[in-house]
Amino acid sequence: MSAAVSILPAPQLAALNDAYRKAVARRRLRTTLVVMACFAALFVAALGAEVNVRTFVEKIGNFGSYFDRIFTLEAGTRVWTDVNEWFWGWKKWLSLLGETVLISYVGTLIGAVLAFGLNFLAAENTAPSVPLRFAVRRFMEFCRTVPDIVFALIFVIAFGLGPMAGVLAIAIHCIGALGKLYGEIVENIDMKPVEGIRSTGAGWVDSMRFAVLPQVAAGFASYTLLRFEINVRGASVMGFVGAGGIGQELVVAVRKFYYSDVSAILLMIIVAVFIIDIATDWLRGRLFGKEARS
Amino acid sequence: MSRQPDINTPELRARYPDVFSRPMASRAGVPAIFVAALALFIFGLNELDFSPARMWTGLRELGWITMMMIPPNPGSSLPAYLQAMGETLSIALLGTTLAAVFALPISLLAARNVIPSAWLRFPVRRFLDSIRGVDTLIWALVWINVVGLGPFAGVLAIAISDFGAFGKLFSEAIEAADKKQVEGIRASGGSALHEIRFGLMPQVLPVIAGQVLYFIESNTRSATIIGIVGAGGIGLQLAEQIRVLEWQKVSFLILMILVAVAAIDWISSRLRFAIIGRRAMA
Repeated sequence: MSAAVSILPAPQLAALNDAYRKAVARRRLRTTLVVMACFAALFVAALGAEVNVRTFVEKIGNFGSYFDRIFTLEAGTRVWTDVNEWFWGWKKWLSLLGETVLISYVGTLIGAVLAFGLNFLAAENTAPSVPLRFAVRRFMEFCRTVPDIVFALIFVIAFGLGPMAGVLAIAIHCIGALGKLYGEIVENIDMKPVEGIRSTGAGWVDSMRFAVLPQVAAGFASYTLLRFEINVRGASVMGFVGAGGIGQELVVAVRKFYYSDVSAILLMIIVAVFIIDIATDWLRGRLFGKEARS
Repeated sequence: MSRQPDINTPELRARYPDVFSRPMASRAGVPAIFVAALALFIFGLNELDFSPARMWTGLRELGWITMMMIPPNPGSSLPAYLQAMGETLSIALLGTTLAAVFALPISLLAARNVIPSAWLRFPVRRFLDSIRGVDTLIWALVWINVVGLGPFAGVLAIAISDFGAFGKLFSEAIEAADKKQVEGIRASGGSALHEIRFGLMPQVLPVIAGQVLYFIESNTRSATIIGIVGAGGIGLQLAEQIRVLEWQKVSFLILMILVAVAAIDWISSRLRFAIIGRRAMA
């Protein structure tokens, strides 16, 4: 086969090759430096986190045997050979799981309503005044940076043990997280309808209600459903600090080495999270068509 | 001024009945959803022991706690707190890196364009889903049983729960990659491994790097709380100070977390812009 590739004269080729080699060498040097910086950072981090490879190698067997143990009944048989014995407490666990979902629902709803009220004050294009916008934004940042379980720890002391502290913690965190997402939607709307409503002499509230809301309602609902899903996961650990839900049962089972209970409760949580994932995904698909899913 | 056209209302009404009187089903839909949501909300409040009296005493207590928090003051334990903060950052960095390293090969198995067979893909995906269904705090509890109390358990907890998330995100990035480069490699006689290395990786690595950086940022937040169950870091200090009601120290620790998270946010968004460019972020 005859090649149609023309070969350049040697001096020209040498210059080009030279430039190519130099460019490659420069890139290689940069990559090496970045990789070395990463490794240095990881090394420092490993020292900081007291990583001990020997402990890990010695104990990694425990990880496998831990899973082995949580799938073994007290009688020494595998859990699935006696489902009745495995899920002996299913009535209690199911009602606690229901409480977990309810905590998430009530918390998300409170948070969503408050975020809904606040976000119009925080979005760049609808905020009535700059100092107010600044204050609301800082408030929302605070709400979403402090983890919800930290709020739960504090609320358990203020409001007493029980699901109420969990609900309020989730609600506060939700204000921050949803407020930001809502605000981003509002900042992306078409401003012409707002001007239209304004020109008829409407006030701020009316222009939000009739010009902004119709454009953003679908996006808001979609984000709220997504948040609800995340909050179910969050609510499942609220019980670790005494703020209600199934977490309390789980932490007791883990700490007291009730192995088969641990696997049963974990399985119930995973299944519940699956079902809620699928249900909210389906709901979002129904409400807003395929493109709103992600 | 333009004259209003003559409107023959009865005729229009006959032609577009739905516009003039919407069917009952569509008119009642939205209020029905609202009423149902409200009913469930009230049922929930009742079920979860909400009462105005409890709310009121709780809020008063909370106000009192807030007063006690001012001014934030670390007392004499500032060095211990700084060390705990360093531990937290280490946990986040190390956990995320470990997760990314292990998730990359698995994500290839979960990507449709690499593994066309659904029989292999499906179990891998369900496996990743079930890892993600369990919260980081629960993983921390499990790892504490395995390697003992301390930050190392935290690293492993973050690593495993991120492993699930990364597996999904990476496989999505791989599925979104352009087929043409891969086909080009195949056309020039490359093997399946060559296709992945030279056709897919150059496309997905920047996306993956961006996601890893974002997760380091969000894991700084998660790493602050896994200490609550005993897995090291600043959460341990925080939970302890809350339990002994040292409110000034608590507020100082919260401020420290806020500052650290803001700093990591800033650094990682800078790096992300540098890697994938401003255009891709918008």
